[in-house]
Amino acid sequence: MSELNQRALLRGVPLSVHLDVTYRCNERCEHCYLDHDGDGEMDTAEIKTLLDQLAASGVFFLTISGGEPLIRPDCFEIIEHARKLRFNVKFKTNAVLIREKQAKRLRELNVEQVQISVYSHRAEVHDGISKVPGSLKRTIAGIRLLKSHGLKVTIANVLMKGNLEDAEGVRLLAAEVGAHYTLDPTITPMMNGDTSLLRLRISSESLRTVFQNAHLVGNVDDFCAPPPPVDEDALEGYPCSAGHTACYVSPRGEVYPCVQFPISCGNVREQEFSDIWQHSPQLLEVRSIRGKDLSTCSSCNHLGTCTRCPGLAYMEGNMRGPSTADCEKSFVRTGIVSAGMLARDHSSAPPGLIQIRPFAA
Amino acid sequence: MNEIYVARSNAVAARELGGEMMIMSATDSTLFSLNETATVIWQAADGKTSLSEIVELRICHEYSVDPEVAYRDAEDLVEELARLGILLLSDQPVRDAQPEVMQ
Repeated sequence: MSELNQRALLRGVPLSVHLDVTYRCNERCEHCYLDHDGDGEMDTAEIKTLLDQLAASGVFFLTISGGEPLIRPDCFEIIEHARKLRFNVKFKTNAVLIREKQAKRLRELNVEQVQISVYSHRAEVHDGISKVPGSLKRTIAGIRLLKSHGLKVTIANVLMKGNLEDAEGVRLLAAEVGAHYTLDPTITPMMNGDTSLLRLRISSESLRTVFQNAHLVGNVDDFCAPPPPVDEDALEGYPCSAGHTACYVSPRGEVYPCVQFPISCGNVREQEFSDIWQHSPQLLEVRSIRGKDLSTCSSCNHLGTCTRCPGLAYMEGNMRGPSTADCEKSFVRTGIVSAGMLARDHSSAPPGLIQIRPFAA
Repeated sequence: MNEIYVARSNAVAARELGGEMMIMSATDSTLFSLNETATVIWQAADGKTSLSEIVELRICHEYSVDPEVAYRDAEDLVEELARLGILLLSDQPVRDAQPEVMQ
């Protein structure tokens, strides 16, 4: 797969696209970074045209997500069109609306994988986070239906203060239903810049416990090993695939480097996708950044191994700067203080979050 | 010689990248890469055109190769791709083969 990524990178091909077909949702998860406004959504024809353009640009991996995509009456028409274009389709849903008919159709369409968020194995905790009584029961019923039709299911567990004790319970639930399990302790600000969700992030001490759990991280010694010396590859490398071989398209047609990187690069209602991908000044800027160009991180011991998210850094005010959450992860994982943490110690200015910016042609 | 008709499987994802076809099986997520000539056969595998026609029109015509050798190689290739679930083989035209919408 890394060879495929490398090939795509060399040719400037957007290998992966995450497409949210709606922001509307039938749950109100307390950590969700999206609004739930359906205004301005692309219609069926617009999305089909976009999919045609994505295929022509070389996109291979397509994630269809939301909001809750099954809220759209044309959801299966969209997936069917995507599969006719031979995308590898990953489908993200809360599975509350999955019944026999939907599970069967997803299988018939050869959807590669269905990813479903489960916050706890206990209804009072999961439903407390989703704000929908009975949602865990319906989600698990949906997962079982998908599995009964032979679909690959991943249970994604977002870890936050409210469900901290339940990671093991969700992992066991995933094993019981035959689903793959992933855990993510990342809580991001809302796309409009609102940081109030960050109160839900787990503490450093809790994060340390997670990083010491072999069930969750694999080999703990390897995972928590001190970073190797920073080498040329790290200095000349780029931070992640955002804007290089991947991007995000919102339900309103806005193109961003990533779902967690809210700098608008253009709108597919005004320009062809390929034009945005190849010529957007914002994408060109993102693509130009190498490890050596990072204002603080270029001198950090963690440069080669940090999970630094340029989108979170951007939301803190500088896409070339550190991301506080990732500085913390590197520190908690290895016990070695990051350059970003040292810089913050010497600065009294709090990081200012900027809001999503309209695209300026 | 019995004719062979080849059709692309609906169960795979596929995209051309740098002249080679990348194909991923939905059943086991294995990723395959077809070289240039194998890509030509994949693209021509509409279920209606026989393998001998594909070899004659798309391979021999383009690559000036001995027809018998080309057909034998193509036959080996499609049998291997069928075994991997990427192509469907039939001794008669395949009615419901999915057209190639975009590559």
